[in-house]
Amino acid sequence: MTNAMTARAEKAVPRHPLWVRLTHWVNTGAFLALLVSGLAILLALPRLFWGETGANDAPAWIVLPLPVNLEQTGWGRNLHFLAAWIFVLNGALYGLVALASGHLLRRLTPDRDQLHPRHIAADIRVHWRLTGSGAAGADRYNVLQKLAYLAVILVLAPVMLLSGLTMSPGVTAAYPELFTLFGGRQSARTIHFLSAAGLVGFLLIHVWQVLANGPLDLMRGMITGRSARPKSGPAAPEEDPR
Amino acid sequence: MSDLTRRRLMLGSSAMGVGGLLGGCELIENGPRRPGLYGLSDTLTLATQRLLLRDQPLVREFGPEAISAVFPTINTTDPDNPDYRRSKASGFSDWRLPVSGLVERPAAFTLAALRAMPARTQVTLHSCEQGWSAIGGWTGVPLSHVLASVGLKPEARFIVIRTVDGWWDSYDLFDALHPQTILAYGMNGGALPVAHGAPVRLRVERQLGYKSLKYLASIEATDRVDGLGQGRGSMVSEMGFSWYAGI
Repeated sequence: MTNAMTARAEKAVPRHPLWVRLTHWVNTGAFLALLVSGLAILLALPRLFWGETGANDAPAWIVLPLPVNLEQTGWGRNLHFLAAWIFVLNGALYGLVALASGHLLRRLTPDRDQLHPRHIAADIRVHWRLTGSGAAGADRYNVLQKLAYLAVILVLAPVMLLSGLTMSPGVTAAYPELFTLFGGRQSARTIHFLSAAGLVGFLLIHVWQVLANGPLDLMRGMITGRSARPKSGPAAPEEDPR
Repeated sequence: MSDLTRRRLMLGSSAMGVGGLLGGCELIENGPRRPGLYGLSDTLTLATQRLLLRDQPLVREFGPEAISAVFPTINTTDPDNPDYRRSKASGFSDWRLPVSGLVERPAAFTLAALRAMPARTQVTLHSCEQGWSAIGGWTGVPLSHVLASVGLKPEARFIVIRTVDGWWDSYDLFDALHPQTILAYGMNGGALPVAHGAPVRLRVERQLGYKSLKYLASIEATDRVDGLGQGRGSMVSEMGFSWYAGI
């Protein structure tokens, strides 16, 4: 090992545990596969409806400006369900470890000082400049980041899964309550699309934040688990509230 | 429901139980085969749905007021088949539905014979894999009744259905004997329109629309489907779709 490499290795601090990195990248692959195959399925009927029914000749809520393509549905469905199984099993693994290890409470739940309106307002101002949030140190996520992660994990992903299952005639034979929950099969389809759009929005901001905040080091942290970033970043906590 | 039907339902569901889950791709003995990762995810999906549906629940049924004004018709809407055209011209009076294979008393039923059997009317949601859905009212005879009247042999495991426009599909007894699996000759209070599969179509309510074949030509009971065609269990499977279409 050269001196320079030794120096770099010494400066590196632990950033992400192995299970976070593993589930993150499996999730990345599954999500992109779901996105592409979901679009392929959508192209058979790029119209959205509310309620139970909807078809080409029925009035639509929104007609998406997409080319109609009936030929892609077969592989689209196959890839969608394979990726959905990976997404669900990987998500279940993540959820269990995140809960059991305290990761959900320690890393993802905003600290008391972060929930102060002044702190949140300051964080929004930092993000608003679009120059990057100055990503907090390896020890703590910023409050908007935490809220975004929690929204994805606790709201968008479950809504995605349940609205997808509401389109299944088999699952709803066993659980017709799903129709009540989403207001019908076509409502579930529309909500499935809207929450997918929400996840794409999250992905765009997520990637932009990486690019704007030292992408090489952040990628290194998410791949090798270690990062050169100092323990306390620019938005370090002032004081331990305890 | 006859004793035979109940016994079949139990056989069907126990075969799908723990043993099936452990068997992976052997989930259904002598059932359709699909290699690769898609086959694996199909098997996971089927195993999960069989677990959720182990008590054979019925799908939701609506009142007649829920029937959709728009009910699309896709694929064949008027079979280009000389025999069919002749039969249609005679009001399907010469139409016959042969039921053969692993049955005690092979028979060919006329439309009048099916109409004379116990009827079931169900207003249900039809879900297409393309994304559209519509509510229709269907009247017909439960497939389980037709199969009981010809007497399924104990070794029968699958029902293979062929249509006048050349489609075919197969169903294991878990779905074939379900009370809402009917041979429908009526739609929304009238006769079944030609565009919707006249004179008789299948309704398999817990699967997607493509499993509900139109223009039925024959019914056959078999003990295996892995030797039919490419071994995938249906024509749509050979086109790349799932044999089991519960989602």
